[in-house]
Amino acid sequence: MNPATDLWTVVTIVGMALLTIVTRCFFFLSSHPWPMPAWLQRGLHYAPIAALAAVIVPEMVMTQGHFISTWQDARLFAVAAGVAWYYWQRGMLGTIIVGMAVYLPLHVGLGW
Amino acid sequence: MTALYKHPEFRLGARDMMVVAPGMAAWGLMTGVAMIKSGLSLVEVLMMGLLVFAGSSQLAALPLIIAGAPMWVVLATALCVNLRFMVFSVHLRSYVMHQPFWRRLVSGYFTTDPTYVQFTKRFPHPADDAAGRRAEAAYLAGNSALGWANWMLASLLGMALANAIPVRWGLGFAGILALLGILSSLATTRLRVLAAAVAGSVAVVTFALPLKLNIIVAIVLAVAVCLLLEKPFLEAHARKANTPKKNSHEPSD
Repeated sequence: MNPATDLWTVVTIVGMALLTIVTRCFFFLSSHPWPMPAWLQRGLHYAPIAALAAVIVPEMVMTQGHFISTWQDARLFAVAAGVAWYYWQRGMLGTIIVGMAVYLPLHVGLGW
Repeated sequence: MTALYKHPEFRLGARDMMVVAPGMAAWGLMTGVAMIKSGLSLVEVLMMGLLVFAGSSQLAALPLIIAGAPMWVVLATALCVNLRFMVFSVHLRSYVMHQPFWRRLVSGYFTTDPTYVQFTKRFPHPADDAAGRRAEAAYLAGNSALGWANWMLASLLGMALANAIPVRWGLGFAGILALLGILSSLATTRLRVLAAAVAGSVAVVTFALPLKLNIIVAIVLAVAVCLLLEKPFLEAHARKANTPKKNSHEPSD
């Protein structure tokens, strides 16, 4: 059975879509000239890698808001295998495939 | 003005996205599954999937909507999860300001994490001539078009197969591995490795902050630490290398 559609939920979802647009475009909504200070320009070169790390590291070493307390976690081995593959072969597709090849047996098979 | 998709950079952008597409697809798939399983109606799920186009904000909002949280709490959470996009938009500003308003909105809307990272990697500095800008626009279009189609198809497939795909397999982890691959490709200088280490640790330590604010705190701190260390670090590096030439060590690239 499919639940009924709720108007407020629809409004919330439209609001979320607007937030996607507003945040992704925030600093180019206005065409007012805005010279960027040199330090900020330099600093932004560190932003991409910092953003990626901030998003993925908690997903690798935390479970339900807590730092993992065991090494028997499939994610740790998958990450190690993926990074090792990347530095060996320089391939991102390989990083995903090798990582999942390590992750799935440990996670689904052993329950890690 | 000929179509952007004929430009060679369009294919290059699509090709760069192609290598991470399987991981992003697995993530999109599991986002589709999660949306259906959450108990939202099909109309709500389709709207969220097709319009919001921000996986992390969707996953953060789902439990709140289901629990009947007030709208402002849901939207505040989505905003905070999205704050990193505002950092991206500061960075992308000088690449898109020559475009008309609506065009900028389109460019921004379709710029997801992998697209932003790959685009700024391909073009470390904004072009100042028409040909260069066109190349940038073509790359961005190719990269984000493939990224969008890949994410949407995977999301829709996840919705359709929600009851056939076991959540406990954790297929969505492939998305994390895709971002890990991109992260590894960016880790080309010691300061960037430091940025990743600082951001990752701060994001874990401050995880308890409400509204996923840990992500933006981590980015800002990592950038600040690298800016502070940049000068002493480079000076030490130059001394060690004992060479007056500085062409081999750009501060941040």
